[in-house]
Amino acid sequence: MTSDTSASSVGVVTAEKILIETPLTLACGVVLPSHELMVETYGTLNADKSNALLICHALSGSHHAAGVYADDEKPGWWDAYIGPGKPMDSNRFFVVSLNNIGSCFGSTGPTTINPESGKPWGAKFPVLRARDWVESQRLLMEHLGIQCWAAVIGGSLGGMQAMRWALEYPDKLANSIVIASSMKLTAQNIAFNELARRAIQSDPDFCEGNYLENNKSPRRGLALARMIGHVTYLSDELMGQKFGRELRSGTFEQGEAAPIEFQIESYLNYQGEKFSGDFDANAYILITKMLDYFDLSREYQNDPVQAFSHANCDFLVVAFSSDWRFSPKRSREITDALIAAGKNVSFAEIDSDQGHDAFLLPNPRYEQVLGSYLSKVADKLEGAA
Amino acid sequence: MNQVESTRQINDSIHSWVKPNSRVLDLGCGDGRLLAQLQKDLDIRGYGLEIDPDSINQCLAKGVNVVEQDLNKGMANFADDSFDTVIMTQALQAMRFPHLVLDEMLRIGTQCVITFPNFGHWKARAYLTLRGRMPVTKQLTYQWYDTPNIHFFTYSDFEALCRERNIKILRKQFVGEHFLDRQLKNLWPNLFAETAVYHLSK
Repeated sequence: MTSDTSASSVGVVTAEKILIETPLTLACGVVLPSHELMVETYGTLNADKSNALLICHALSGSHHAAGVYADDEKPGWWDAYIGPGKPMDSNRFFVVSLNNIGSCFGSTGPTTINPESGKPWGAKFPVLRARDWVESQRLLMEHLGIQCWAAVIGGSLGGMQAMRWALEYPDKLANSIVIASSMKLTAQNIAFNELARRAIQSDPDFCEGNYLENNKSPRRGLALARMIGHVTYLSDELMGQKFGRELRSGTFEQGEAAPIEFQIESYLNYQGEKFSGDFDANAYILITKMLDYFDLSREYQNDPVQAFSHANCDFLVVAFSSDWRFSPKRSREITDALIAAGKNVSFAEIDSDQGHDAFLLPNPRYEQVLGSYLSKVADKLEGAA
Repeated sequence: MNQVESTRQINDSIHSWVKPNSRVLDLGCGDGRLLAQLQKDLDIRGYGLEIDPDSINQCLAKGVNVVEQDLNKGMANFADDSFDTVIMTQALQAMRFPHLVLDEMLRIGTQCVITFPNFGHWKARAYLTLRGRMPVTKQLTYQWYDTPNIHFFTYSDFEALCRERNIKILRKQFVGEHFLDRQLKNLWPNLFAETAVYHLSK
């Protein structure tokens, strides 16, 4: 699927649409008789199919995690960490990245056609839980003929999937890498998600979720939702450094009445505008609810230690110092529960001023931590082969 | 005898005191060498606590469980008696409150192993007495102003603290490199033991 254009990039990639024909029973009881997944892979699956890494994306992610498309130079969202010689080394691993159901980059979701009605699913797409994504990923795993992931890796909501994998299919992964994540959202976190949903729902073009059939688009609402989210993904320090009180237009000089716009206003508006053209409002509502509903140990008597006692894999937990949306405290809770459950776990708190977004951005220490851990994983595989 | 040999002696003691297949917590585990050895030889389930990024990386590369945690900020995240053995090698003198760390170690672990440089060793005494300067030796390589070793104590000081806090000394071993030390370390440890290794319980 890949061809090299430079030493550290997986090069030009193409996505593949994979039809999963095994029925998928969702947590809410609805059965999807079949579903489609957009998938990209990087690297080569080894003979015993043991070197596969599963990438789990977060709220707004897609299958395009690394490399570039022939007609689009913008690299995938985790390109800094996936590629030849990078921590998720495509020379050693077979990296699998998919767009999960309920999202909007070509996999079955609110923007695709519901075969029963012949119309887009829209707001009627069934309510999803993180375990549904894990279940769909397991069907993809079967399709690819993989027995056991060398590692399941994800940040934020992706980390929740990596943890859920460890509990649901303990023998189908050797490592779970949980980055900037949490065993459940805090009230403050749910509150931010509700602000975002309310912003979308308040847009008159939302049409109670049926905007597609009405040929409308709640772009203002979705932009506002993204702007709220974006502020929470950055740190106060970084925003201060990057934008401060710089003006984009206007002046405070006496006698000047031209409208004033701060750089941060302009930046946020641009981000919101861009996102509202790329993402689907129903998908945003659906996936933020997924985040809110996630509670790792709900069915384990609310005891994380009991929950993790079902896991068999080794864990790496990573947090970022300035992340206040998924704070290092949450990652330490995961680590403590894993230690108490007697599981192999390492934890690193990376010094960063980039807030929650840090898990997507280049950072030498983060790179080292992931690299050291994963190269040990690869050594073991190659030693065993 | 060289430093490698004395390190080997210390590790031999620790090996003989740690039970196979047990749970071990190593405070200030450095590059994870000791835990890697214990894992290999005794099949322990070990975790190291460390704050130095490079050391953490070396642990990860070795496949040793390492958790980034500042010991000076407490260890309340570990339950009582949640480990069979809690180890601290050559780090007690760098803690903000060594006596509180010691209490925490004995709360978390059924038994503890501690090693520390004996500041009562004749070389340190001679350095201070004859030169009138704070000792800078092979073991204590820092200058007084940049040393991470903020508490200097002797073998006798440590035993007094154990008595005061009702800490049981199960076993102890003294290590010295110098010929004189090797002859006399057991007879007069406070003067001839360069490093002391203690096996403690509540």
